[in-house]
Amino acid sequence: MIRDEDILDIDEPHLSAAERLYLPQILGGMVTTLRHMGKTLLDKPMTVQYPEEQRTLRKENYRGVHRLNKDEDGRVACVACFMCSTACPAHCIHIEAGESPWQDREKYPVKFDIDELRCIYCGMCEEACPVDAIELTPQYDLVGRTREEMILGKDELLAIFDETDDGKPRKNPRITGYPNTGDRAPFEAQADAADIIPTEPKSEGGHA
Amino acid sequence: MIDFLTSQLGVSIIVALVVIGAMQGGVAYCIYFERKISAWIQDRYGPNRVGPLGLLQPIADGLKFFFKEDVVPRHVDRALYVLAPAIIFIVAGVGFAVIPWGGQLRIGERLVNIQVANPDIGLLYILGVASMGVYGVVLGGWASNSKYSFYGGIRATAQMLSYEIPMGVCILVVVLTMGSLRLESITLQQTEYWLGGLIPKWNVFLHPLAFLILFITALAEANRTPFDLAEAEQELVGGYHTEYSALKFGMFFLAEYSHMLTSSAFIAVLFLGGWHFPWFSWTQPEMTTWYAVLAKMLVLALKIVLFIFVTMWIRWTLPRFRFDQLMRLAWKGLIPMTLGLFVVSVVLLYIGEHRAPLWTLGGNAVVLAVALVVAGTSREAVTGRQPNMPRIDLALRGPLRVSRTTAEASA
Repeated sequence: MIRDEDILDIDEPHLSAAERLYLPQILGGMVTTLRHMGKTLLDKPMTVQYPEEQRTLRKENYRGVHRLNKDEDGRVACVACFMCSTACPAHCIHIEAGESPWQDREKYPVKFDIDELRCIYCGMCEEACPVDAIELTPQYDLVGRTREEMILGKDELLAIFDETDDGKPRKNPRITGYPNTGDRAPFEAQADAADIIPTEPKSEGGHA
Repeated sequence: MIDFLTSQLGVSIIVALVVIGAMQGGVAYCIYFERKISAWIQDRYGPNRVGPLGLLQPIADGLKFFFKEDVVPRHVDRALYVLAPAIIFIVAGVGFAVIPWGGQLRIGERLVNIQVANPDIGLLYILGVASMGVYGVVLGGWASNSKYSFYGGIRATAQMLSYEIPMGVCILVVVLTMGSLRLESITLQQTEYWLGGLIPKWNVFLHPLAFLILFITALAEANRTPFDLAEAEQELVGGYHTEYSALKFGMFFLAEYSHMLTSSAFIAVLFLGGWHFPWFSWTQPEMTTWYAVLAKMLVLALKIVLFIFVTMWIRWTLPRFRFDQLMRLAWKGLIPMTLGLFVVSVVLLYIGEHRAPLWTLGGNAVVLAVALVVAGTSREAVTGRQPNMPRIDLALRGPLRVSRTTAEASA
């Protein structure tokens, strides 16, 4: 129901003789467009000539294709906690967890698939990740010929990390990556004291 | 053979072939410039990928038109459907026949006209051919058997018929002033000077208002913005050529630009002295050498380019008229003004002052002043809700129906 108080009656603006003749107004508009044309011809248009010229993106917070970070030992940083796939509003992250071959964590992702066509690039996965293992990169030119091609697996996501590591280094490299040891207690105590998570450079842990 | 080629008939044939070729090329590059100008006005580059500066873009576009599938929908009237683009294309092209391109050329003892034909009724010929253009639009809209095309055709008919009246009267004003319907002699009379060679006797200095109105009606006749209601994309998809594809659509498209070229040449001849450029000896009527003819053709081409540029500039500046505004402009604005100008010319012709600039300019000023006073004192709404539309009855205002289906479902 439209209520009477919702209705606003507007009077027509009274046009002057010049406005009724159209011509002065038309000439005014044409001066405006001529000014634009002159500016464009004398100066450079604001268009970015895409393949040759590229916009500089804000790499820190641009939300492009995902990557899976590697820790300092080159292992996948993800601990398969499913926080990202739970947070994902588009349900595009599919993780299969397995028992970790390393002693510093219990689980690791056997499979980690992101359907880049379903993804809405909201960055919730990045927010949710407790070990900063999944991040969005400044890469935006992702193309594929099939839908299957656009589902990126673990290896592809790790490869994107290698590609984009220079432009956007991993946020907190020490957050995961306990050295290969059966005893975590001294490290955790140290970490609590210093409020950081310590690690030792390069152990023989290696890739899975 | 040489004898034939240097006779008037031979020269006419050569001119016709050259003009047809130049016109097709010109039309293609009109589209290129239209896109460039629109880009510049909108702070963009425009086509710049095909060839240097995008100069090969029209060729790519033309090839695309050729290789597209030529779909003829099953529900159309086949004969008329095929005929319509042909009519509009041919009609837009043949108007060129009477345009005097470059005065006279001396070959040996003879003088030949650089013109396809020089009939006594050149002006009438152009008017007749130009108004045939409406058949293409109407037939295209009718034969397509589609509501959008049909509405486009109907709009175009009403619009073209309405704007032909002020156009005709404007041309009558020129005819009364010049006393001739032959375009070559209209040009020749404009090659004289006032004030000892200071100002050329171009008709635009005699009747600037008629020139302006003729330009406006030429826009309307060519279906150009702000008068392109026949192809209003927002309302009619594509207007009268909605159902056309491939080269048939291309012919409609090219016809619009050929129409623009023809009317520009026509206005240039009527009001801007055709091939005449003042203070430059090569473009005077006495010069009949080949380089003088080339210079004259160049001058006329430049005048045409100027008009084309203004037309495109207007297109990328102005929004489209609403249909009732369009009709009001023609019937309540342009037609009374041109009739006033006509009366002024007749009176001046009677007292023998029809080529005196002070008298004609005074007459134009009087007509414009009357128009200003009438427009300024009128309280009639120009925008928004019109007085002839039904009143909004507040008592009839009921519950808001979200959509027809929900209303039907709840009933």
